[in-house]
Amino acid sequence: MFKWKTDEFSWVDFTIDVLRILIVLGVVVGAWNTLSSGRITFAQWVNLFAAGLSQGSIYALIALGYTLVYGILLMINFAHGEVFMAGAFSAVFLAEAFNRTGFLNEQPLLAILLMIMFAGLLSMTVAILLERVAYRPLRGSPRLVPLITAIGASFFLQYTFRGLYGSGFKAYPQVKILQGAVSIGGINIPIVQIFVFCSALVLMLGLYWLVERTRVGKAMRAVSENKEVARLMGIDIDWVIMFTFGVGGFLAGSAGVINGMFRPQGVNFFMGFIPGIKAFTAAVLGGIGNIPGAMLGGLFLGVIEAIGPNLVLAGLGIPGANQLKDVIAFTMLVLVLIFRPQGILGERLSEKKA
Amino acid sequence: MAEKSKNGQSRILEAKGMTKRFEGLVAVDSLDFHIPEGAIASIIGPNGAGKTTFFNCITGFYEIDEGEILFNGSRLHGRSPDQIARAGISRTYQNIRLFSNMSAIENIMVGQEPHLKSTWIGAILGLPSTREEDEHTEDRARELLRFVGLEGKGDMLSKNLSYGDQRRLEIGRALASKPKLILLDEPTAGMNPRETIETTDFIRRLRDEIGITIVLIEHDMRVVMDISEHITVLDYGRKIAEGLPADIQTNSDVIEAYLGRGAAAATAAN
Amino acid sequence: MDLLRSQASRTVLALGLLSGAFILFTGAVGMIAAFHDREVVDRFISLGQLLLLMAPFVTSYYVAGRLDEHGGAPPRILAAGLVVGLLTALPSVVLLLFNSDEFRFLLFLVLRLAPFVAASAIAWQRHQAGAEIQAVLGIWLLVAVLVGIVTFSFALIFEIKGDLRSVLVNIDRDWVDVITFDNRKDLPLGIATFGLASIGAGFAGSVLYLMPAVPRRALIYGLGITTLVGAFGETARLILQENVDSDTLREIFRRDTLRQNAALALFIISTAAGFLWAMYGSKVRENIGNIDSSSRRRLNFIGLVIFVAFMLLLPWLIGRTLSDVAVTIGIFVLMGLGLNIAIGLAGLLDLGYLTNYAVGAYILAVLTSIGPLGLFKGTFTFWMVIPLALLAAMFAGFIFAVPVLRMRGDYLAIATLGFGEIIGKLAISDWLKPLIGGAQGVQAIPKPIFFGAELKNPEQLYYIVLVASLVCLFVSIRLNNSRTGRQWMAIREDEDVATAMGIDTARAKLLAFTLSAATGGVAGAIFAAKVGTVFPNSFTVFISINVLSLIIVGGIASNPGIVVGAIVLIGMPELLREFSEFRFLLYGALLILMMIKRPQGLIPSKIVTHEHQSGVKAKLAAE
Repeated sequence: MFKWKTDEFSWVDFTIDVLRILIVLGVVVGAWNTLSSGRITFAQWVNLFAAGLSQGSIYALIALGYTLVYGILLMINFAHGEVFMAGAFSAVFLAEAFNRTGFLNEQPLLAILLMIMFAGLLSMTVAILLERVAYRPLRGSPRLVPLITAIGASFFLQYTFRGLYGSGFKAYPQVKILQGAVSIGGINIPIVQIFVFCSALVLMLGLYWLVERTRVGKAMRAVSENKEVARLMGIDIDWVIMFTFGVGGFLAGSAGVINGMFRPQGVNFFMGFIPGIKAFTAAVLGGIGNIPGAMLGGLFLGVIEAIGPNLVLAGLGIPGANQLKDVIAFTMLVLVLIFRPQGILGERLSEKKA
Repeated sequence: MAEKSKNGQSRILEAKGMTKRFEGLVAVDSLDFHIPEGAIASIIGPNGAGKTTFFNCITGFYEIDEGEILFNGSRLHGRSPDQIARAGISRTYQNIRLFSNMSAIENIMVGQEPHLKSTWIGAILGLPSTREEDEHTEDRARELLRFVGLEGKGDMLSKNLSYGDQRRLEIGRALASKPKLILLDEPTAGMNPRETIETTDFIRRLRDEIGITIVLIEHDMRVVMDISEHITVLDYGRKIAEGLPADIQTNSDVIEAYLGRGAAAATAAN
Repeated sequence: MDLLRSQASRTVLALGLLSGAFILFTGAVGMIAAFHDREVVDRFISLGQLLLLMAPFVTSYYVAGRLDEHGGAPPRILAAGLVVGLLTALPSVVLLLFNSDEFRFLLFLVLRLAPFVAASAIAWQRHQAGAEIQAVLGIWLLVAVLVGIVTFSFALIFEIKGDLRSVLVNIDRDWVDVITFDNRKDLPLGIATFGLASIGAGFAGSVLYLMPAVPRRALIYGLGITTLVGAFGETARLILQENVDSDTLREIFRRDTLRQNAALALFIISTAAGFLWAMYGSKVRENIGNIDSSSRRRLNFIGLVIFVAFMLLLPWLIGRTLSDVAVTIGIFVLMGLGLNIAIGLAGLLDLGYLTNYAVGAYILAVLTSIGPLGLFKGTFTFWMVIPLALLAAMFAGFIFAVPVLRMRGDYLAIATLGFGEIIGKLAISDWLKPLIGGAQGVQAIPKPIFFGAELKNPEQLYYIVLVASLVCLFVSIRLNNSRTGRQWMAIREDEDVATAMGIDTARAKLLAFTLSAATGGVAGAIFAAKVGTVFPNSFTVFISINVLSLIIVGGIASNPGIVVGAIVLIGMPELLREFSEFRFLLYGALLILMMIKRPQGLIPSKIVTHEHQSGVKAKLAAE
């Protein structure tokens, strides 16, 4: 075998550097080709961007759950995507019922608010049960143990809901006031995208208020800084952890309803898996454990995912570029983990607490 | 006074202007430092003085921000921990870090890594050279176990050993790489007086019988004063004194660092 | 009241309700109804009914043990058995009532009252704890509103939809049929039957516990073996079919189910055998323990010869259908052994194992296919491509490993998962369609030819898998006992210290990834040759999860454990088709349960046996 490391030169570094150069080159060449060909107009770019932002705000809501839990327990709650699914999949029945009675279109905002509460509370219950049953007994064990448990929980939840609600897709009914588009500066933006973005924003502001301004928020921050000290200060750690899971679950469940308004293809038991991984990507992208980071990371990932295929892949002459949306997202995941594991707003939290 | 060690040998380890920062905090501050070959040297200082950081810089766990570290005259900084280990430096840890689910003998066999040459292909094919090396490794590991007083305990999982045995096993593992320099991080921490004396004797034997240069971090002043030939005192990442045990004991800076200014004045007045 | 507060009563109550929740859950996800399709004993009992009765039986046996520990007298233990049986039936009976037209109003009553009850309970608790009246009222309001949103929503949903079934798809007629023992029309009778059966099973459980040891163990053997043979009736018939003439077979089985007489005979024989073993088993074991070393070696050798002969003759013993299952199991054993190099030996949680599997399969497919996508149209044979598949998978493993070498354990897991997903999406994409056929995949892969004979049947492919698994086993055992194995162990235990010992950790990890990938590649190639077509739906995250689960369940770093894990986790869903729908439900539950209760797996590796739980948890610490 050849020698891996001479005094200065490291093969691993070299390979990673080559990778870095290749990616930058690919992005630059692809983008240049697309832009110079002028295939996509400015208005289309804006539309892609807007769609990306609304998709991204959903990722952000889910990502907050990952980040909150990681901030406190330093564990990746791999099953969080399924918490999102639980709310989204359950609330579709409520949406159908509201639609049947006509309530959905008579009082759309109230109806959606109720649906969000319903889904949020259900997901919250699932998240709290998950913590209580699967994670609490393993607190303090090495990191990979809860991760394997979480993977198990993820599949358990998927197939539980498959058993409960069936394996088919169910679509959210359309809400009339969310149809159509508004014209902003000559560019048509679908109302539903604005709705998604705004409602996600409201929820995020709510979370920010909760964490920064309330007593329980202060307790959460204290526990994430130092569990032992927090315990000595008389904070009930178990309760705070449960509350954190609950808040993350609530956000994920409400994201489920918002997502349902936005995506016509419907919901099923497997819908949480891919968004779950993507939201984790968003959380890492923003610096895991960092709340504003998760929000930014989510938006960023949504935009990249919307624009990337058209800008870079199409420019490189790859057919069916939009099929490869997920590939872009997962490539982002791997790249962030390789090059900047501390994320954009990196706190270097990972190293300190590792 | 410390330019030449007792037996007049050359400097095995030398640091010039070594600095390590953590996000604004200077853990080791432009430290000049050297250890004569064949010495037993101690590093002391109050908690948080940067002693363990200093070890981590030498063994390559931390990259130093400024300055240089020389080992036998050749550069050490910028090398990876495994290269440094292969160059002949090994260490133990303040909170024992054995491979806890491996047996005692396996721990020592891993310690011999820098001298092993067999490859995975040889292992699969069962080449005679590989088998020979494995046998030799095991024999040497048993020898070392005997040397550190763990004869017959080789097949126990290291985490099932008693505390003192774990400390000794860790030293044995560090010795397995036949190092020229060994860094011991609080080797007598948590030991009772009898064990402390045994360990002190053991450390002295290491130097006298095998001729390894020893650097230790130690809190127990009796141990430090008893066996070191050279003491360096750190405080807030700076070197505040160095020299022979007798010099350090009366140094007012040192007393001040440990006991505060008033105490230093009082001692001076006495 | 005093009785309710005692520790023993609480145990009975909690475990009984847990067993009830289990029955409710398995019913709601459709397991009971699905299992009902499989008869264990002809016209006597189905697997679904057995599941229904097993829960109170096992629970009350366990409860009896707990009560016994606390000095409970036999009458109390028997009473506890009755209570457990009752509690087991209770939740399902309630759901049954909610589902019936006459009693549906109860459901709405419960849903509408629940928020007020819950709010009052919590507020009362706060009040008792000395909270101020405003706070108590506030909490009451908050809880009432939050719970109310959920329960009133459910009430609305059920009201609009008309019945439970339109939401909970498996609370259907089939479920009602099983639960009421086919008394759907006469609900009171059905509930009574179910309740009595459950109570009876609970009682039987405690009776069994109170029996003297010898008959108890004999009965457990008898019941266990009869149930097992009955449940896997199809498998049993297929095995017997190879060895028994068809008339005898018809005596024993009606299609795939054990006839009542045969079941009774089997029960009597196995109980008798169990009785003998319970009486004399310990003595036999003692005698074996006393054998001197030379004859023991001879005994071991004879055992080994029998085992090898069994493995070699297996396809003839079990016939074609089961050989096919054996090949599938074998492919997963191979993958398990391969992934174990990364997870078990080096502590690297690789969740992207399907990458290597896919690479191996596609390489074989593209190079040997005689269909339109085949590059060489049959120039290359299976045997020439296997080494290429191995090398390609190694290369892929290497490429994907380099970037993740510096990552921490949990990040590494997620990153490899990401790689797996990328590969899956690429396989199905239009971009690579000209090469590997997109969603249609690559077809017309010829079977391997061995000295002129086409190995087209599973009986023959079995040997390829067997040889490949043995090679992999050999390599991983050799490596585990070598310098490389010690390096991996050290990295698994403490990577920082391993580096400080002079181990080039990047290189050692790379080797683990690469070798593990090689095995996956070979498994993929064999899979492709077995199936004859390769398409992207075979390469999803479920492959990686399958392999991970069988390693965890069998026992991390334990080779026999992996084989057992594969037989249980892969074989069971294949042999019990009713089960396959629920396999990932089971995998998920097993992963959680294993990590909490038995992290060392079913058959722990040697290192772990001395150590039990904490040991394996530490072994998993890849940092």
